[in-house]
Amino acid sequence: MSDMIHPYIPNSVPEVKREMLKAIGASSTEELYTDIPEELRFRRTMNLPHPMTAESDLVRHVMGILGRNQTCEENISFLGGGCARHYVPAICDEINGRSEFLTAYAGEPYEDHGRFQALFEYQSLMAELLDVDVVNVPTYDWGQAASTALRMAARIVRRNTVLVSDTVSPERLAVIMNYCTPALRIIPVAHSRVTGMMDLADLELKMSDETAAVYFENPSYLGLIETEGETIADIAHRRGALLVVGADPASLGVIVPPSHYGCDLVCGDIQALGVHLHYGGGLGGFIGCRDEERFVMEYPFRLFGIARTCEQGEWGFGDVAYSRTSFAQREEGKEFVGTAAALWGITAAVYLSLMGPEGMCKLGTTIMQKSQYAMARLSGIPGVKAPAFDAPHFKEFVVDFNGTGRTVQQINEHLLAHGVFGGADLSRDLPNLGQSALYCVTELHTQEHLDYLAEAISCAITGGECSGHSA
Amino acid sequence: MATVRKFHQARWNEPVIFELSRPGERGIMVPEAEPGIRERVGDGTSRLPGKMIRQDMPALPEVAQMRVLKHYLRLSQGTLGADLNVDVGQGTCTMKYSPKVNETFVRSPKASELHPMQDDSTVQGALEIMYSLDLFLREISGMDRFSFQPGGGSSAILAMASIIRAYHAAHGEAETRDEIITTIFSHPSDAAAARVKGFKVVTVREDEDGLPDFEAFTKVVSKHTAGLLITNPEDTGIFNSRISQFTTVMRQAGGISGYDQANANGILGITRAREAGFDMCFFNLHKTFSSPHGCGGPACGALGVISDLANYLPTPVVDKTDAGSYCLNHDLPHSIGKIRCFHGVFPAMLRAYAWIMSLGAAGLEEVAQIAVLNNNYMLKRVTGLAGACAPYAVGRRRIEQVRYSWEQLYRDTGVTTEDVTRRLADYGCHLWQSHHPFIVPQPFTIEPTESYSKDELDEYIACLEQVIAEAYSNPEIVKTAPHNSVVHKTDDSWFDDPAKWAITWRAYLKKHGCEREG
Repeated sequence: MSDMIHPYIPNSVPEVKREMLKAIGASSTEELYTDIPEELRFRRTMNLPHPMTAESDLVRHVMGILGRNQTCEENISFLGGGCARHYVPAICDEINGRSEFLTAYAGEPYEDHGRFQALFEYQSLMAELLDVDVVNVPTYDWGQAASTALRMAARIVRRNTVLVSDTVSPERLAVIMNYCTPALRIIPVAHSRVTGMMDLADLELKMSDETAAVYFENPSYLGLIETEGETIADIAHRRGALLVVGADPASLGVIVPPSHYGCDLVCGDIQALGVHLHYGGGLGGFIGCRDEERFVMEYPFRLFGIARTCEQGEWGFGDVAYSRTSFAQREEGKEFVGTAAALWGITAAVYLSLMGPEGMCKLGTTIMQKSQYAMARLSGIPGVKAPAFDAPHFKEFVVDFNGTGRTVQQINEHLLAHGVFGGADLSRDLPNLGQSALYCVTELHTQEHLDYLAEAISCAITGGECSGHSA
Repeated sequence: MATVRKFHQARWNEPVIFELSRPGERGIMVPEAEPGIRERVGDGTSRLPGKMIRQDMPALPEVAQMRVLKHYLRLSQGTLGADLNVDVGQGTCTMKYSPKVNETFVRSPKASELHPMQDDSTVQGALEIMYSLDLFLREISGMDRFSFQPGGGSSAILAMASIIRAYHAAHGEAETRDEIITTIFSHPSDAAAARVKGFKVVTVREDEDGLPDFEAFTKVVSKHTAGLLITNPEDTGIFNSRISQFTTVMRQAGGISGYDQANANGILGITRAREAGFDMCFFNLHKTFSSPHGCGGPACGALGVISDLANYLPTPVVDKTDAGSYCLNHDLPHSIGKIRCFHGVFPAMLRAYAWIMSLGAAGLEEVAQIAVLNNNYMLKRVTGLAGACAPYAVGRRRIEQVRYSWEQLYRDTGVTTEDVTRRLADYGCHLWQSHHPFIVPQPFTIEPTESYSKDELDEYIACLEQVIAEAYSNPEIVKTAPHNSVVHKTDDSWFDDPAKWAITWRAYLKKHGCEREG
């Protein structure tokens, strides 16, 4: 037994240790491991770095490593594709940093009443934004939400083929492919080369009596808005299939929510709602639908409900239909449930409470204006086409560099040298688009940033000199 | 002698946020497009066809900033985080101390303002953390490579089941090997996530000692067996000393053994997955490795595999180049693809890295030993309580947790585990009812970790003693609890009746709105 005393281990104090060993009738902690056979014992010391037990040393060390990162705050970033930098109100960080929320886990609806209420409110606020009656406690991310929405649809209509737009994010599609194999057969649906929207003839062709659901994203991964949602819903419903749509909640102050054009299960990500990027760790998935038992009973995730208590005028909360979960029924439950992204749900609740209807409307408007301005500026550069598709867009858009003689990689290297993180290179995942990049513009970009981007891209193409950078 | 404190949790009787709405109030302003932008593109929304423009405003509440703050602060006060209580009653979940200094790292813009698609050259710090943490966990587990993509323990189990499937598919046996074996005291997701990947689930029950019945296990292993997903110690906290025999039988049958080490707190530096013959394991960074639970995530199930399975991991993984820089490797030939978008929950990785760096090898071993010492101390104290017992393996030592039973208390007084959990809230404590199915009658599970002092453990015991004394003398006070908590006993009839359940405020208004006015 070591004599190490560490601030995180109060009972490492030798006197306390001795007292506790005595209380249990043992002479050493080694004796407590007698059930572990000798051949399984690890008898050498683990080869790990020498510890930094002084907190000040640890801070110097860790901040030294983190200092090698260049951030989206220090540079101008146009990266999106399922994770975007929006403004995070100070109160969002204040609340999600509270010890009570940060370090709580799975208490009862009494001592953890606040956790239940905050997540019930999250569900309720999202429901208003989405115009649905049911939303779950967050799952891991949009990829998981889309996967589960498709499996829910398959269980509801008892079929197992799903049609998925081929403009779905490659990240999410990879999650869907793994999660839905082997339960579902996934068939891609083509998009129009001109508008980027779903090819309705191809959809009609691929619809069958086996089709459980049709899935597309709106705005799509490529940023464009599918305007034929109602037609797609009709096509799906006529054949007894459900419509599943992925949506960006940041768009829903200005764009109609999918439930308005016949969507049965809406899914998406809440990272845009008050959560930092965290190198992709800020994601959280939602699924929304109408309040029908056959839908609700197919959710695998926690659903918190409101109720009365025995005290007049008091709100209580608890788990709705817990018996459907894997916690209650192991493999007989619906898929599985576990620790996912609850703290981001509470954060999104704070965000939506602050924003209100007016804030969400203004947010959507500003993003549309700024992204349209960026497209207009970039299209002014010879050889550059933005957007690549003839459709309305929200927040993101494809910039077509095929006419410039430069690769996206060349352009992005130039931009990086000038303090700009250029849009994601699509040439690998979507080779049909050639040298194209996905740009994301939010309310945080200023006109100056966008003008600077246009200038820097011009320089990258012509080889001219860029003026000073203004992050 | 530890005493029970006179506790009363904050009770604000805070309304639901929608009840605070006052038309016209604003919580925060949004930046507007500059005049130069408006001049060029107009109002932005007229680019949309009319049918795509939202005409109704979303019916979100309208609340001024300070009131929003106050509302959520009050809700936080109605939540009993690990920072505030002796959080030993949530056994299997390792509610340990999450060092505050690690929050400063996670909250630094140098970590929080990184986009997952940034060029590798701009995220060398983040990649170094991931790479180093991979090396640390290899040493701790004996595995050969880790992925941090799974967003929690269940997600890591899904990844293990996915790898088992992909491995057999690559060897032409996907159709024949369609069964996964697990045990009744392993986590429910070991069974449920296996089913998601299309496997039939075979669950081995416990023997007289509470350990998975080895003879029963050998009988269900066959040419259909794809793999084993098992915990050790299981929820009972009893170490399965025959674990190598399980993995050996599995290997001989052509199956893959996956070790659910969501909670490995009692065995760091003591025993490892590799020596026990496992092909894969995972650690919940939000349990053993101190990342806070955040009311249920974000989290990370760090998944490790032996070298034969390294090419099946989700992508990308982090490589170190000969030049000493770090890069993301997206090309693993048999990769299962993705379990979660991007690279996983970086904040959890960063905290785990810092926690390991603070403790080192000797510190991790001390964590394990003290967690086990604390647990056996609690075992001694709890089994001395009236009405409580620890089924199975009587007289044996346990590792990091114990599943106990209030069966005697229930027989004597009619007080259930659920009643006790509610009454403990009145003393500022939490006790969890444990996973279903309730093989142990009236179960509860205690895991004291290394984080709490002996005095705090004694205080928790004093609270249990108090509730038991009440159960024997005045059971009604326990059955009608809580009395000093945030709220009173809830009318549970609202939760399982589709006509009454209300999962959102608007559903409440539709179903019960008129009651409110009355």
